[in-house]
Amino acid sequence: MSKHTLSVLVENRPGILARVAGLFARRGFNIHSLAVGPTEHPDVSRMTVVVDVDELPLEQVTKQLNKLVNVIKIVELENHASVQRELLLVKLRADLQSRSNVLETVRLFHAKVVDVAPDAVTVEVTGNPDKLDAFLKVVEPFGIRELVQSGLVAVSRGSRSITDRALRSA
Amino acid sequence: MSGHRHGQEASAHPGERVTGAQSLVRSLESAGVDVVFGIPGGAILPLYDPLMDSPTVRHILVRHEQGAGHAAEGYATATGRVGVCIATSGPGATNLVTPIADAYMDSVPMVAITGQVSSASIGTDAFQEADISGITLPITKHNYLVTDPLDIPRTIAEAFHIAGTGRPGPVLVDVAKDALQAMTSFTWPDRVELQGYRPVSRPHGKQIREAARLLVESRRPVLYVGGGVLKARASAELRRLVDLTGAPVVTTLMARGALPDSHPQHLGMPGMHGTVAAVTALQKADLIVSLGARFDDRVTGKLSSFAPGATIVHADIDPAEISKNRTADVPIVGDAKDVITELIIAVQAEHAAGHRADLTGWWTQLDSWRTTYSLGYLEPPAGEVAPQAVIQRIGQLSGPESIYVAGVGQHQMWASQFIRYEQPNTWINSGGAGTMGFAVPAAMGAKVGMPDRTVWAIDGDGCFQMTNQELATCVINDIPIKVAIINNSSLGMVRQWQTLFYNERYSNTDLHTSAGGRRIPDFVKLAEAYGCVGLRCESPKDVDDTIEKAMSINDVPVVVDFVVHRDAMVWPMVAAGVSNDDIQFARGVSPAWDRED
Repeated sequence: MSKHTLSVLVENRPGILARVAGLFARRGFNIHSLAVGPTEHPDVSRMTVVVDVDELPLEQVTKQLNKLVNVIKIVELENHASVQRELLLVKLRADLQSRSNVLETVRLFHAKVVDVAPDAVTVEVTGNPDKLDAFLKVVEPFGIRELVQSGLVAVSRGSRSITDRALRSA
Repeated sequence: MSGHRHGQEASAHPGERVTGAQSLVRSLESAGVDVVFGIPGGAILPLYDPLMDSPTVRHILVRHEQGAGHAAEGYATATGRVGVCIATSGPGATNLVTPIADAYMDSVPMVAITGQVSSASIGTDAFQEADISGITLPITKHNYLVTDPLDIPRTIAEAFHIAGTGRPGPVLVDVAKDALQAMTSFTWPDRVELQGYRPVSRPHGKQIREAARLLVESRRPVLYVGGGVLKARASAELRRLVDLTGAPVVTTLMARGALPDSHPQHLGMPGMHGTVAAVTALQKADLIVSLGARFDDRVTGKLSSFAPGATIVHADIDPAEISKNRTADVPIVGDAKDVITELIIAVQAEHAAGHRADLTGWWTQLDSWRTTYSLGYLEPPAGEVAPQAVIQRIGQLSGPESIYVAGVGQHQMWASQFIRYEQPNTWINSGGAGTMGFAVPAAMGAKVGMPDRTVWAIDGDGCFQMTNQELATCVINDIPIKVAIINNSSLGMVRQWQTLFYNERYSNTDLHTSAGGRRIPDFVKLAEAYGCVGLRCESPKDVDDTIEKAMSINDVPVVVDFVVHRDAMVWPMVAAGVSNDDIQFARGVSPAWDRED
């Protein structure tokens, strides 16, 4: 199995998330992460789905998604041809003794402290999944008290827009 | 598929002030609907008031919503038009779930309209509330929840467009009660625009030429024909392709009648209960050209051993079917009618260039399988009626003009095997879902759609007891169907599996509808209670007379209780999950392939 990133343009209507998520569940496809949000077109939303599948099942995923009436377009974004980002908020144990070490690590990763308490700091990190993994590995010894992570969002490199192309051909 | 019609009357009054319910009736009229099957209830009640006054939409009041759904399917399959059913919220809507799932599996064009509780109550567990759009998400081609009455005409237009085009399927429109009651304006849309739905694509010319090249180069080709050919109304085109190529043809359970059974190249049905010739032709083929079929497990048997030497050309209107089960070497996306038409041209071009398949050796082999393992059945003990003989005689006496509708089980397989289908859309059954109880309501719907045809429901004693309440609907609405109950006093197909795989331990399959002197219920009395004519046949010598008597009664529904030998089994058979190579011609009898090869 390997991870694939799909950008799915959908009509901005209620219930579409359930349609997409339900399709993955009942056809037995594993969703690794899912992010939904608006696009530059008010009537179009964009889902970024990371799936754990082999090549052939991936083709089935795409074809089945395409059959959903509210799905406008599906594009697979290859790692090398796209920018991929996740957002991580993590609450780290940081008392007087460890705080400077924690802050040093935060600086190394170009992360940002967004909240401070006497015994903890909350850090915001964005990056591709590899960077977030590396960050977590380094800060783990400090003690992770709480962790929340967004789904991956991705956009293709270069000047072309998949939204424009999709809506023009529609 | 026939497109939906746009009513002139409706568009003559753009923006007319009406209630949401009136708008819905006008929308159905504008979509060209002539009949709907349904039952009213609280949430859908506002719709039923203006429906009463519609000059063009006939409402047939059924006795159970499942009957409405299957009737809509029978109507749709017989006519090629979109079938419509209506139910109220909650249990009314959930009773439609089985026919909707059935229509989804068999790609039947259907629009289901359900009432929903008022929009302010949605999500509060209100009386008779069920999230029917959520429930039917996985079993509809698309569905809608309408809470704004302004959306009604556009939604109905889209629903009919989606249901009837591309790969047909069921579309559910759930309408909140307050949307039906509110004042709104009615404007029928001139055209339907859906960004994410572009169902028809032209078949790819290069792939068509490749398929044609393979067809003229192969030594052992088989045309594997599925229900998509019937949905595309492409029987005439298929016939031309078959004659042109000289290749053998198999028609799946969903495609019986797509090519006349009398055609010399027709090997019959493939699959679990297919003919030895059809099953084996696919197994030994070097080329399979699949037209509107989907390599269902009931056709392929154990997938990894299906047709091991065959190159696969897979043509389907739904790209998701291609390479879903068996990887296609030549994928073709397109409507079966377009695909076959273009394939004919491409094969003609190959012939003109002097390329023509020599199938003499292949036909020698096929003919020997056909003659050695022709369809037949064991005679039952003296005095008992063979179920296969009853079904065969109904087919012979009623003829190829009649429409035959089956339930699910042994009688369904025998009806597929022993009735000779000579015309498209004369065989209607529940294939993918295998819904027991399909026959009576679906036959009712078929008869409503094709009133001049004789419509036989070939039913089992188990199936019949699931939906026979629709006989009341048939009597009251003058829908004179004929029902042949193949009464073996048991859930016959399940009993057959118990015989073969469970050491003849008959756990809960005895229905006591004739064996052991009990008739619970007595089907003749039941028929009479409904106002039908009830007949019974218990002896082989009475079979023909009983069928002829049933055929002579055309003003009311006729129910015939054919009491048959209960140990009859469906053969040939490929056991579930087993390779098609292990087909049994009769119990314990496998063809001797080595001798043939």
